[in-house]
Amino acid sequence: MKKVAIIGAGPAGIEAASVLARNGVQVTLFEKSETPLKNLQDKAFLFPNFQAAQEIIDDLSGKLLTDGITSAFGVDIVDVRWQGTEWKLFDSKEQTYVADAVLIATGYQVFDAHRKEELGYGIYKGVITSLDMERMIKHGKILNANGDEPRRVTFLQCVGSRDEKSGNHYCSKICCVTAVKQAIEVRRQLPKCEASVFYMDLRMWGQGFEEMYRTAQEKYGVNFVRGRISEAAGTFDSRVQLKSEDTLMGLPLKMTTDLLVLMVGMEASCGTKALGKACEIGGDYGFIRTVNPHLYDNETGKPGLFAAGTCKRPMSVSDSINDARSAALAVKEYIDSVQSGK
Amino acid sequence: MIEFGFALKQTRSEDLDKTSLERFHRLLELTPSFKRCFQCGNCSATCTARQFTDFSIRRVHTSFRRGEYDGLAEELRKCMLCGKCTLVCPRGVNLRSLIINMREILDEPQKTGKR
Ligand SMILES: Cc1cc2nc3c(=O)[nH]c(=O)nc-3n(C[C@H](O)[C@H](O)[C@H](O)COP(=O)(O)OP(=O)(O)OC[C@H]3O[C@@H](n4cnc5c(N)ncnc54)[C@H](O)[C@@H]3O)c2cc1C
Ligand code: SF4
Ligand code: SF4
Ligand code: SF4
Repeated sequence: MKKVAIIGAGPAGIEAASVLARNGVQVTLFEKSETPLKNLQDKAFLFPNFQAAQEIIDDLSGKLLTDGITSAFGVDIVDVRWQGTEWKLFDSKEQTYVADAVLIATGYQVFDAHRKEELGYGIYKGVITSLDMERMIKHGKILNANGDEPRRVTFLQCVGSRDEKSGNHYCSKICCVTAVKQAIEVRRQLPKCEASVFYMDLRMWGQGFEEMYRTAQEKYGVNFVRGRISEAAGTFDSRVQLKSEDTLMGLPLKMTTDLLVLMVGMEASCGTKALGKACEIGGDYGFIRTVNPHLYDNETGKPGLFAAGTCKRPMSVSDSINDARSAALAVKEYIDSVQSGK
Repeated sequence: MIEFGFALKQTRSEDLDKTSLERFHRLLELTPSFKRCFQCGNCSATCTARQFTDFSIRRVHTSFRRGEYDGLAEELRKCMLCGKCTLVCPRGVNLRSLIINMREILDEPQKTGKR
């Protein structure tokens, strides 16, 4: 029986593993953390339907129990090489594994906000990232730097995305709608607290996103300002003072906020960058490059080596899962063709 | 102190059929990075001259982009070429070069009385 190795137990890796296992393929799922789905553990509710992230985690964790899946957690795969008849995988402890086909699903990591020093992350306690905000929402504890209920929360889009200074020209795709989602959550949990979003463009590309934006305006009174915050400074009472231009009014804008939430972009994870390099399939910004974005978007150009999910580019959970299903089909067709001697 | 700080002469409407963009296109040749501007306002938000005057470099370069040149030469005198805007621009526009080139183009004698 043919064996498939999947690297990364995020939504994409688990979904692909379960589809393949249900279709009679033996799968080993490698995950470098001790637990799967790390990038969903700190999420509260997911756009576009505000479903609890925990429900998605429970569902996907159930799929891990499908017959035919072997989970190998705590295993960090650092290299994958074709050995003439099979693929050989190497982990960080110099253990090796073999497989007939390999699916890379090593995902993303968020942009390190310390790199935008002018925005004060790591300097002023009132400056946090969208990931910190997810955790606050999840635990029902949205608190300012002094541990009190904030009166004003301000979101800033495109931190580490669409920014030549960070080296990332691309749009991270999910942070616009995430800011709208989080602003709604802030207003739900703290009806007395104001919420503002500073944006350059609001990219509401997905089904239900534009409706979320309307709801944020109409039902939750979220304030939208078109401008990019250029600097943040701490005040004596641990608040944060922002400088921007209101580009629609053409006027300078100053405001003080309790929390400044930096909507950090999605970058290729360390694992994605390392494997892209090792297998010579690294593309722009360290994401995995596929053969063709229309027709062969799970193929890497190396027979038997495939990719799915956010290791290729920023994606939402639903897009990652759909992409994983299409990858599973490509993998299945490949191993069937190898089995029958092409 | 100016209360309603909008020193540029505001036209009532933009007429893109009548406006000549010749000077703007010449500016793009001199400072091609300006093609990439996406109007975020980082330059004007961080501008040193803005701290003391009602100068908005983004408003100035956007007016130039639209072929609305009236009053710009005078506005641009407020800039002290410190280069802070260039440091923060997320699209890597070379604003210092842009400002110098805008000044030079605006200083040229005009063929007709108008733009
Ligand atoms: C602040 C924020 C909020 C978000 N909110 C939403 C939302 O509301 N709705 C939504 O749809 N999406 C949301 N997302 C996006 C969502 O997190 C991603 O779409 C999803 O996690 C992508 O899944 P994935 O499987 O491609 O990658 P990941 O979730 O990144 O999984 C990849 C896995 O691979 C593992 N791995 C990496 N390298 C190796 C290696 N070398 N060896 C072994 N294992 C490895 C990692 O540990 C990880 O577990 C949000 C993202 C952010 C940043
Ligand atoms: S999705 Fe929105 S916030 Fe994120 S990079 Fe794109 S435009 Fe910026
Ligand atoms: S160079 Fe001129 S426009 Fe730019 S920040 Fe300095 S004063 Fe402002
Ligand atoms: S900072 Fe750059 S991109 Fe933003 S408005 Fe100024 S010139 Fe344009």
